[in-house]
Amino acid sequence: MIESKSFASRAFDIFNYVFLFVLSLIFLYPMWYVLVGSFSDPRQLFVYQGFLWKPLGFSLLGYKAAFDNPNVPIGYLNTLFYVGVGTIANVFVTALGAYTLSRPKLMFKKLFTIMVVFTMYFNGGMIPTFLVVKGVGLYNSRMALILPVLVNTWNMIVMRTAFKAIPASLEESARLDGASEFTVLFRIIVPCAKATIAVMFLYYAVDHWNSWFNAMIYLQDREKYPLQLFLREILLISVQNAASADAGDASDALYMDTLVKYALIIVSTAPILCIYPFVQKYFMKGVMMGSVKG
Amino acid sequence: MAQTSIPGHRKRSIWYRLRQDMRQNYQVYLMWLPVLAFYLVFKYAPMGGLAIAFQNYKPLKGIMGSKWVGFEHFVDFLTGPYAWRTIRNTLVINFYQLIFGFPIPIIFAILVNEIKCRPYQRTVQTISYMPHFISMVVMCGMISDFSASMGLFNTIGQAFGAPRISFLSEDEYYRFIYVGSGIWKQMGWSSILYLSTLSGVDPALHEAAAIDGAGRFRRVIHVTMPALIPIIAVQLIMRIGHIMGEGHQKTILLYNDSVMEVADIVSSYVYRRGFKQNDYSFGAAVDLFNSIVNIIVLCSANYFSKHVVKESLW
Repeated sequence: MIESKSFASRAFDIFNYVFLFVLSLIFLYPMWYVLVGSFSDPRQLFVYQGFLWKPLGFSLLGYKAAFDNPNVPIGYLNTLFYVGVGTIANVFVTALGAYTLSRPKLMFKKLFTIMVVFTMYFNGGMIPTFLVVKGVGLYNSRMALILPVLVNTWNMIVMRTAFKAIPASLEESARLDGASEFTVLFRIIVPCAKATIAVMFLYYAVDHWNSWFNAMIYLQDREKYPLQLFLREILLISVQNAASADAGDASDALYMDTLVKYALIIVSTAPILCIYPFVQKYFMKGVMMGSVKG
Repeated sequence: MAQTSIPGHRKRSIWYRLRQDMRQNYQVYLMWLPVLAFYLVFKYAPMGGLAIAFQNYKPLKGIMGSKWVGFEHFVDFLTGPYAWRTIRNTLVINFYQLIFGFPIPIIFAILVNEIKCRPYQRTVQTISYMPHFISMVVMCGMISDFSASMGLFNTIGQAFGAPRISFLSEDEYYRFIYVGSGIWKQMGWSSILYLSTLSGVDPALHEAAAIDGAGRFRRVIHVTMPALIPIIAVQLIMRIGHIMGEGHQKTILLYNDSVMEVADIVSSYVYRRGFKQNDYSFGAAVDLFNSIVNIIVLCSANYFSKHVVKESLW
């Protein structure tokens, strides 16, 4: 190696390794606490105070109670619908837009780019957007969670930058064979930009999975609610009610309360936490500071 | 010269070029249509809808039928009791996020970059991204559970001999929890940008500095930092341009009656006026005021940076 290790350098290394280890623990521990809590015995968990490293006793009562709540399966299925349909629509339309903006010769390219980038700095805000969504008849429709967030401008710019980096010679032979623009995009460009497309799928899917605010303002029927909205009721609103009620009498429901919350947190978060490490190696491509100017 | 070599070149009118462009690219324009429709309907129509900020908008009458009131709502907001509270809280929270939340991911990226053991480096990175993927609802649910008087935070507090408190209902702790949890959630994720910049630094630069006798610390100052400066400048402009733009979601999830005085920010106030009291015009006016302040700050920061650091967004 290039350096002879000095004492200070070694000391720094040791400090750095230990420090980042502790930091990793801080990132992980809250989730770990909830995870082992969710497998605990309800009564032991209820009276326990302190750090948790392994389940207190063992029970699956929390998970059973979580799925006995009729809202949870409804929310889960709805979320799967929003994530599935929404993400495919997102990536498809974003690819169309990114392809257009990546074409070298296009008379209106500059206009389109300015039009799109402008919305990153200024927008109508939540109330006028709500009125427009209502005005076009999407209020209380499942599409209200998909269409108003169809394209994320930042993602489109990142995808455009990735498309631009693909050498034009690759498409030329296809064009000579008379391929349409559509074919060029989906047979040549998209396969060449697989990594970026994968990251886009993840970003959009996570956004849909975690979104709750639009559902709260756009949906009325509870049978259309995504999981996160039910979660909010269970994790946050019931707390405020419980705090105002007299908490002296610890009934069975009260014992179960914390356990069910922990189980729900795990049930709603585990799918995403299991997926992202596999896409992680592509993340750096997703943050390219593509200059917006071109 | 070009003009003399191609006679008639200048005569080609805009209409000719337009026809040519349409013939060549009509397929591309067709592909753009859905994107265009999206931006017109869901981005630009709401901007037009901001007209309601100058009206007493009644949903039944529509924009055309509602009464125009000029700047009445803006004046009402700025002279009303909530302006100072919400603007102050927005600025204070953003200020904390700026001075703590902004440098921490940069320091984290530099520390991670200094790890020479690749598997360890990758593991730390993977773990640090995790909080980013936890939903806002779940994170706030966890915060509220941990902050309760029997919760995890009090366990930690008791280890230091602190009395049991319900953290989220105390003015002194609310902002600390709000900003701290934000840093916990985003620091790993925000560091990706800096790490990817650092991975592009030519190792030869480090070697040359080492040969010149620069120690570990000096190399961070003279090789690593200069590589990061342009991206830091751009990120800082964007961050400062966001100084009034704290999102409403986290506040709506976390705040409660006992901490309103320190928790309520402009966007949560817009939400309450607009959606809880159906006061669309007033809410839109407050939101517009906020956006305009943001744009002005952003442009100033960009102008300043362009002339001082020679880095800018546009």
